[in-house]
Amino acid sequence: MSEDGIRCDGRRVDQLRNISIKVGVLKNADGSAYIEFGKNKILAGVFGPRDVHPKHMANQDTGILRCRYHMSPFSVTERKNPAPSRREIEISKVLKEALQPALILKDFPRTVTDVFVEVLQADGGSRCAALDAAAVALADTGIPMRDLVSACAAGKVADRIVLDVNNEEDQEGQADMPVAIMPNSGKVTLMQLDGILTSEEYKTCLQTAIGGCRQVYEVQRRALIERYFESGVQ
Amino acid sequence: MMDIKRRYVIPGDVIVTGPLRPEQNVYQEGDRIISTCVGISEIFENAVRVIPLTGVYVPKTNDLVIGKVVGTSPLSWEFDINSCFIGFLPAQDVFGRDYSPTKDELKQRLNIGDLVAARVANFDRSRDPLLTVQDRDLGKIDSGELIEIAPSKVPRLIGKRGSMIQSIEMATKAIITIGQNGWIVVSCEDPEGLLKAIEAVKMVDALAHTPNLTERVKSMLGIPEDENNDTINE
Repeated sequence: MSEDGIRCDGRRVDQLRNISIKVGVLKNADGSAYIEFGKNKILAGVFGPRDVHPKHMANQDTGILRCRYHMSPFSVTERKNPAPSRREIEISKVLKEALQPALILKDFPRTVTDVFVEVLQADGGSRCAALDAAAVALADTGIPMRDLVSACAAGKVADRIVLDVNNEEDQEGQADMPVAIMPNSGKVTLMQLDGILTSEEYKTCLQTAIGGCRQVYEVQRRALIERYFESGVQ
Repeated sequence: MMDIKRRYVIPGDVIVTGPLRPEQNVYQEGDRIISTCVGISEIFENAVRVIPLTGVYVPKTNDLVIGKVVGTSPLSWEFDINSCFIGFLPAQDVFGRDYSPTKDELKQRLNIGDLVAARVANFDRSRDPLLTVQDRDLGKIDSGELIEIAPSKVPRLIGKRGSMIQSIEMATKAIITIGQNGWIVVSCEDPEGLLKAIEAVKMVDALAHTPNLTERVKSMLGIPEDENNDTINE
């Protein structure tokens, strides 16, 4: 990072990468979204609610949510083995737990909602971008939701707290903290921290990340409105 | 005319704060009423609801649905009703009280792939929807074209007191059977009328959220706006 706080990709410390979201990009899925989060390119597709297979997973009281986060072999510079890695299994679980509080599945007992996230190109912070796309895809499906889920990371690079850590900063940096919130209620649904922060830094980092989430929310909101209301007049 | 306040909302949007009654597709948190889906919010006589623009079909008792036979069990047919639940039509409903699995063959009456207009006799969260064909106009559909639209747009296709569907039927001389599950069968002796009716139904599906839709459909079908539906101009 340069002296005046300009980062390796030319951003200021409190600046997000460019985000664009497109809703309803897949015809065969019940809901879908495509996000470009800086150099991340991620596709999310949702099926459901639908019958649960295997049947023993079904819950008589409520619907269940399943998530799959997968990185394409060509998403990183060196070919990635397409089999689910330890990291992907973890992120799948984390995504599921971050989306779950936002969904109201009690009206769909004995069903499952499947979220498939495919990372086409990865560049750091892909779990946050995946979560943003998945939340919009779920809204596109029409499953009742308490709120959207917006996610963004913050971290510590060269002793400074920065918003939205990219791949290079993630490798070189001292800490990385992905955070997801439900923007209207302000509740945090995901918070991970990799690295060491003092308690003061921790607080700033969390606040920075939440600020980023709110910016992401605006993009998600615009994407949904564009998809559903573009041809109409308010 | 009552004053109805309408707004475009996405999940998590606070529609209104105050002592109002939450109805469809909203939930209450404290005194805030929040939308759970993408749609148009309506405040009407102290009640708040959201008309969804996307979503799956959730069966309701007394709904007319169009189902497709997907399987049989010894005592019932199983129907795909475009929902996350499978519809059941008991054999006794078709064969009468003296149905015997040894004597009668289910597939003689309704085979796999057949379309049936049925009514939801009973449905609650503990079991799959039970269908019945014991009513006027219900039963196997022999001819017509099946169109799928979003279940959330069915009320728009019917229109206020059936205004929309009546004008389409009058203008094209088609007979349109609307299932609440978003499956629609159009039959018409005149192939041109059939095509026109299908086009009109698809137009409603695409433009359901826009105002003055009945007028637009009427002008597409070539009905003058101030006419009294007795003369048909094609």
